[in-house]
Amino acid sequence: MGSQKISLKVNGMDHELMVEPRLLLVHCLRDVLRLTGTHIGCETSHCGACTVHLDGKAVKSCSLFAVQADGREITTVEGLEQDGKLHPVQEGFWQEHGLQCGFCTPGMMMTATAFLKEHPNPTEDEIRVAISGNLCRCTGYMNIVKSIQYAAAKMRQGE
Amino acid sequence: MIPPPFEYYAPTTAEEAIGLLQQLGPEAKILSGGMSLIPLMRLRLAAPRYLIDINRIAGLADIKETDGFLRIGALTREAELESSDLVRSRYPILVETASVIGDPLVRNRATVGGNLAHADPANDHPATMLALAAEVVATGPKGERKIPMTSFFTSFFATALDADEVLTEIRIPIPPPQSGGAYVKLERKVGDFATAGVAAQLTLGRGDVCEQVRIGLTNVGPVPIEAHQAEEVMRGKKVEPEVVRRAAQLAAEASQPSADLRGSVEYKRDLVRVLTVRALNRALERARRGA
Amino acid sequence: MPRTSPEVGGMGHSVKRKEDPRFIRGKGTYVDDLHLPGMLYLDIVRSPFAHAKIKKIEVSKALAIPGVLAVITGQDLARYNLHWMPTLMSDTQMVLPVEKVMYQAQEVAAVLATDRYIAADGAEAVEVDYEPLPVVVDAKKALEPGAPVLRTDKPGQTDNHIWHWQWGDRTATDRAFQEAEVTVQQEIYLPRIHVSSIETCGCVADFDKVEGKLTLWMTTQAPHAVRTVFALVAGHVGLAEHKIRIISPDIGGGFGGKVPVYPGYVIAVAASVLTGKPVKWIEDRMENLQADSFARDYHIAAELAAKKDGTLTALRIKTIADHGYTDAAANPSKFPAGLFHICTGSYDFKAAHVEVDGVYTNKPPGGIAYRCSFRVTEAVHTVERMVDLMAHQLGMDPAELRLKNFIKPEQFPYRSALGWEYDSGNYAAALHKAMEKIGYAELRQEQIEKRRRGELMGIGISSFTEIVGAGPSKHFDILGLKMFDSSEIRIHPTGKVTARFGTKSQGQGHETTYAQIIAEELGIPVADIQVEEGDTDTAPYGLGTYASRSTPTAGAAGAVAARKIREKAKKIAAYLLEANEEDLEWEPGKFFVRGTPAKAKTIQEIAFAAYTNHPPGIEAGLEAVSYYDPPNLTYPFGSYICVVDIDKGTGEVKIRRFVAVDDCGNIINPMIVEGQIHGGLTMGLAPALYEEISYDEYGNILGGSFIDYLLPTAVETPKWETDKTCTPSPHHPLGAKGVGESATVGAPAAIANAVVDALWHLGVRHVDIPITPAKVWKLLRESGVTD
Repeated sequence: MGSQKISLKVNGMDHELMVEPRLLLVHCLRDVLRLTGTHIGCETSHCGACTVHLDGKAVKSCSLFAVQADGREITTVEGLEQDGKLHPVQEGFWQEHGLQCGFCTPGMMMTATAFLKEHPNPTEDEIRVAISGNLCRCTGYMNIVKSIQYAAAKMRQGE
Repeated sequence: MIPPPFEYYAPTTAEEAIGLLQQLGPEAKILSGGMSLIPLMRLRLAAPRYLIDINRIAGLADIKETDGFLRIGALTREAELESSDLVRSRYPILVETASVIGDPLVRNRATVGGNLAHADPANDHPATMLALAAEVVATGPKGERKIPMTSFFTSFFATALDADEVLTEIRIPIPPPQSGGAYVKLERKVGDFATAGVAAQLTLGRGDVCEQVRIGLTNVGPVPIEAHQAEEVMRGKKVEPEVVRRAAQLAAEASQPSADLRGSVEYKRDLVRVLTVRALNRALERARRGA
Repeated sequence: MPRTSPEVGGMGHSVKRKEDPRFIRGKGTYVDDLHLPGMLYLDIVRSPFAHAKIKKIEVSKALAIPGVLAVITGQDLARYNLHWMPTLMSDTQMVLPVEKVMYQAQEVAAVLATDRYIAADGAEAVEVDYEPLPVVVDAKKALEPGAPVLRTDKPGQTDNHIWHWQWGDRTATDRAFQEAEVTVQQEIYLPRIHVSSIETCGCVADFDKVEGKLTLWMTTQAPHAVRTVFALVAGHVGLAEHKIRIISPDIGGGFGGKVPVYPGYVIAVAASVLTGKPVKWIEDRMENLQADSFARDYHIAAELAAKKDGTLTALRIKTIADHGYTDAAANPSKFPAGLFHICTGSYDFKAAHVEVDGVYTNKPPGGIAYRCSFRVTEAVHTVERMVDLMAHQLGMDPAELRLKNFIKPEQFPYRSALGWEYDSGNYAAALHKAMEKIGYAELRQEQIEKRRRGELMGIGISSFTEIVGAGPSKHFDILGLKMFDSSEIRIHPTGKVTARFGTKSQGQGHETTYAQIIAEELGIPVADIQVEEGDTDTAPYGLGTYASRSTPTAGAAGAVAARKIREKAKKIAAYLLEANEEDLEWEPGKFFVRGTPAKAKTIQEIAFAAYTNHPPGIEAGLEAVSYYDPPNLTYPFGSYICVVDIDKGTGEVKIRRFVAVDDCGNIINPMIVEGQIHGGLTMGLAPALYEEISYDEYGNILGGSFIDYLLPTAVETPKWETDKTCTPSPHHPLGAKGVGESATVGAPAAIANAVVDALWHLGVRHVDIPITPAKVWKLLRESGVTD
């Protein structure tokens, strides 16, 4: 059915787009805006590879229509680095070997960044629950947890 | 994996939403959290012609205690329920329920109202709402009416809501002092539906006597089940291990599970028994503490 | 103790990964990230039936949708003889069917459209008329006389038997069993599982009509082999090998699932050749789970013979291998059951015999795509379960029985009863280390006390020997292509390096580890070394990355090529220093005159000289290629110990602790090795407790989506405890062995053994994986145990 106009702010940039109502947010980001850092790993809303921030909350962009995000703010993995400075979560993943194939990584980091904002000093078990909506096949989660702990420590120090 | 086409509406008031339901008829579906509906649409198992997105309606996401009720706006996200100071301090059964719905990302979108209105017997809130003797507020063209939980689920994936009504609020009578509740769910992994789940809410009188108890069962029947006979055997009796054991046995007998990849009928029934014991014991602990 | 400085980053340094900067920014290039001008999309129509004749494919409704350009069917491909293709085991496989479908979710037709949404609508609109045929789902029933014959397309095929394969001395083994003091028998079923990398499979095919060149971006672990296969299979439609470029970009996990050539790739290529436009095909998750290569599905009947004192004497195994409708497992061609005959494991068996029968059923083809080193998981699971069973049967501690029977260090190189020559090992050291780390003796004491109180606690051991690095050209080939691998290293005038390899990382960190190998050999800092893989236009020929073969083969090639460079560098250094070669010494990064360390030339200076001042009589430049034919496989090993507590009410198995001691010889990057083990352990946990793909009697798949195919999250995954021993490989240039799959191979048996150990006193002797709460509950209630 016909297209409608939506306005999205993505990583601080405004976009006006004509989209079909059924266009999934993840496809809007990847195929229309060519922000391919957000990935697709399933179609049943389990894997979390598509995680982005919608008005600051971590959500699965495969289970949202782009039209639902009209007038809202979205942050993708491409928006984590600011002025050439990596987000502590990105640094953590690099320092602590929190990624291998890299496919689940953007989703993991988006979940982690939103989580750490609300929980700056989490326990390991709290971290594991926080990332339980993001599947990884490569790492066995151990170093992902360490990466997030690294980031939490850095963020508590005010970086 | 790609949903079929539809027309999209995003009303900003409940009245508008109701008007759209009336106007668009049976091919219209309400979109709240979308965590059940959108995956179904992606698999083309649901193909509504019109989607009415109610997420922009303000004022439907408050959590407050007034007039003897805990009132939860239908659009309250599970994450909000889980993290609400009020709910965490006074309604741990609701925290236990919300925290096992999907995963943390799902909970940022999924709504309490949606969990009830979708009427999947595998959803977690129905059992807890039965245990809490809750009622929902249905808002339609003629105004508001209250539907008790006990008559809300009419059959498999069907509720007592009229086609032109929107579920706007959930009302839970504030339990008396010396009350406590718990929700215990067995899932194969985080994000799975319950192999079985049990919600128990009880109120103690003097000497650990059970003044009131309600037990709700998740995913062991075509609709959420209240274990009436289990409740009967407890009311008026001192809550002791033997009473709990008998109630759990009756709860198991009240369940009507189907065999599937999660387990056989016998397994699920026994699971209801096991989980009922655990839910009742935890509810008892909390009731004794007066929480 | 690393020989190089951290700045150089040679072997032993936990160098932070060079590939990470793009991944942490979301700037990786996976196949679905590619957008080419004019690109079309392919979506596939799939069969709902497991076995059915195709009566009619009605495409008019699909073609009527604006944006749908074509619907491709088997009839269309048959015109170019592309409707069937060879498998990697020299069987045949349909690209698109003409007569009948043979498994649920099989590709039936493909819709080509201008965007992916329209392609999906088109696929929905294709109408197929099927006539269902009798379905064969049970592998044992498939062999019964009178079973419907599935491969009616194969002349001379009168049943569902594919091949019979056996290995070992049957006579000696049978005699050992006749003479045995004790024997144990067990049927073990390892169900189908699916590796389910987070990135599904796909490609972008781009045929340039003017140049006659095909560029195929593809999720493949073996780009060169694929190129050759395409040239052989599609040569008759004009694809020549020098005009085919396979690019394996960033791959989101492979684990063996991205080795086979799936129909979707071939259809996309055909569509691009026909239209001259780029064509993208990306499967969705359910297609991936339901149609792509599975792993396991082995029905194993195992027997173990021993003396009363616990000396193991013989092993005898018969297996039925359910291969689906065709044998498309990517095994080395001489070994249809892969390396299953490593099943004598870490033990000094004097006699063994193993036989396997491959069977056709109405299921998707495959067999080894789940991080299993060519059936080694099956072999290890079998021997470790049987050894544990024997220990319990004899009333012997399972660790004690293993220690008694381990091959001893002085027996290496060790020739097993099934013909493998193990390069090196020290099994007792690994097991002792694991036992100490977990506090084994205290745990056994705790178990006794808990058992008195009716609590269920179990301890399970897996002391596995892995076999990787396929393989020596004498015995190993895939479709005739020998399984060497390659490295091409070029040093530029300014001392920087470009190095290309014939393997293809899907997360293993080759851009870092291969650079570390070169850094080790040449003393050039890792930061100055650019490693490339995956583009067949530039990379030297190799057989790809799977079965933990990269470090053993391509890693070795890298060391050998670097050493060739060092040899030439020495000549140049001698020339520059006006010294004799024999008087020069090497330390990482420089040659110097023995006794006069100030008279030195750095590798950078030598590199510059190679282009500006090279010695007369030798060629300019500083580069080398090595095609490394490994003299043997390598044999990593380890001991894992798992502690479980079982909930008598729900049947849940909770892993309290899991200690993994691995030995992969000399380690290039400890951080990366540890990460591989964490990941491998988690892919051992998954089949042990959660994952299974099964079918009902009509061939309908059960568990064909993430709703029921249960990948563990961070909550289900234990906090793995890892440690290591180091027994280098005597034949590998770096003494390294490879490690990517060890943990997946070794872990399931440790978990299964722990559960059986917990329940042994109740009369339980075996539980097939996945060990679900429902299964455990049933065993408990049957033995009268309740909460």
